[in-house]
Amino acid sequence: MASSSSSHLPASVFNPRRHVGVHAERVSDVASTEFPGHYPGEDHSWSLAKFKENLKVSVKRLSQRSVEFDLVGVDASIANAFRRIMLSEVPTLAIEDVFVFNNTSVIHDEVLSHRLGLIPINVDPRLFEFRQDIPLDRNTLVFRLNVTCERIKKASKDGPQYINEYVRSGDLEWVPQGEQESVFASNPPAATNKDIVLAKLRPGQTIEMELHAIKGVGKEHAKWSPVATASYRLHPLILLNPSKPVPPHLAQKFASCFSPGVVKVSPDGQVSIDERHLRKETMSREVLRHKEFEGCVELKRIRDWFIFSVESEGPYTPESLFPESIKVMRGKIASIREAAEALLADSQDLGSGSAPGASAGPDADGDVEMA
Amino acid sequence: MAQATPKIRILQGAEPDLSAATYQIHDESHTIGNALRWMIMKNPKVEFCGYSAPHPSENHINMRIQMYDGLSSLTALLEALKNLDDLCVTIDEAYTHSMQNDQYERWDEKS
Repeated sequence: MASSSSSHLPASVFNPRRHVGVHAERVSDVASTEFPGHYPGEDHSWSLAKFKENLKVSVKRLSQRSVEFDLVGVDASIANAFRRIMLSEVPTLAIEDVFVFNNTSVIHDEVLSHRLGLIPINVDPRLFEFRQDIPLDRNTLVFRLNVTCERIKKASKDGPQYINEYVRSGDLEWVPQGEQESVFASNPPAATNKDIVLAKLRPGQTIEMELHAIKGVGKEHAKWSPVATASYRLHPLILLNPSKPVPPHLAQKFASCFSPGVVKVSPDGQVSIDERHLRKETMSREVLRHKEFEGCVELKRIRDWFIFSVESEGPYTPESLFPESIKVMRGKIASIREAAEALLADSQDLGSGSAPGASAGPDADGDVEMA
Repeated sequence: MAQATPKIRILQGAEPDLSAATYQIHDESHTIGNALRWMIMKNPKVEFCGYSAPHPSENHINMRIQMYDGLSSLTALLEALKNLDDLCVTIDEAYTHSMQNDQYERWDEKS
């Protein structure tokens, strides 16, 4: 039928069970109802084969800092889990301890330290360990910041008057510790962007401090979040009512209610949706404000088609953030699984090892604990 | 014995054969809670499954599972964990495949 199938929507998209209704003042059918037993005669139990068949992951756009990809066929809880992990549980390195030797600038120590913590650092966090108590070369990165502002003697009227007027993130000097010298020889740690202004100085003011950067996760402080932001939106769908077409004299007005390019107006005033550009629609619901279009159109979103937009801020390349979040998710699943298997072993031991007559399973107050 | 809080604890009031039980999972939030709940609900033998995060200041979730036919909810939990893991692997493979093989727009984003 269509020449390039990737630019047109597959027919399964029009299945009403997959739609979230978007109305003027509410949304309807938000949650998925496809659980075993909800629809008699249908089998919605988990099947990896069926899931693989319906799953579609396709990367749409990639730049040095951001990636946009589609995740189709998963439930919202899974997509949200990945989004939450990208935001808060993928580790990064950031400055945590600031040892101030001299700060005569107008920026207070704590304010300056806060700004230093937010600087993204271009070191691969996978090479570092989390710090428990002792700072070692395996878990701490040391920088020095040493800037003094002076007046330029014989400065011209309009030219620069001061040396080191601005303290920038590029002024951070890495001090290699132990093994770090050889490991990072080819790629010295520094701020990803060297033009971030940290403080402004005037002649006589000095900043001299030692900074320790450690590995952490966004859950603890947003400075350790690897993404500028990671978000998703649901793919929009516009359904025209064939029994109430848009009057030709209002066709242009109808088209202007949607994002440009989404609605095509033919020369004789017939309105149609351009499926290739449908994903650009931002669902402003402008069309629902006009009485003349009432009943002509239905606005929907496709419940399991997630358009992810991930902007990387620090060391990770944007295309590697999603696989990292999957790794973290699998780590969580593994740790819960280990604990659950220990519980299972416990309850089986209690069942087989107990004397006849004694109760198996939970003890007196109902708790079954890991040993 | 268990100085650190155990990762999973079965709360009071569980059935002796664990056909109905509430599991308290520590250091987890809605991230894994909602995903695990969805996967457990995909099991046709589960009569009821729900989770809650009782208080935002305490970092744990309570997962209630009730089974038909007197089956063990612990096996349902373990099965769901395994299925979630398979799901993650499948998504990872599909993403890597798309990254390497699909035609997508590459553009230059100025910093």
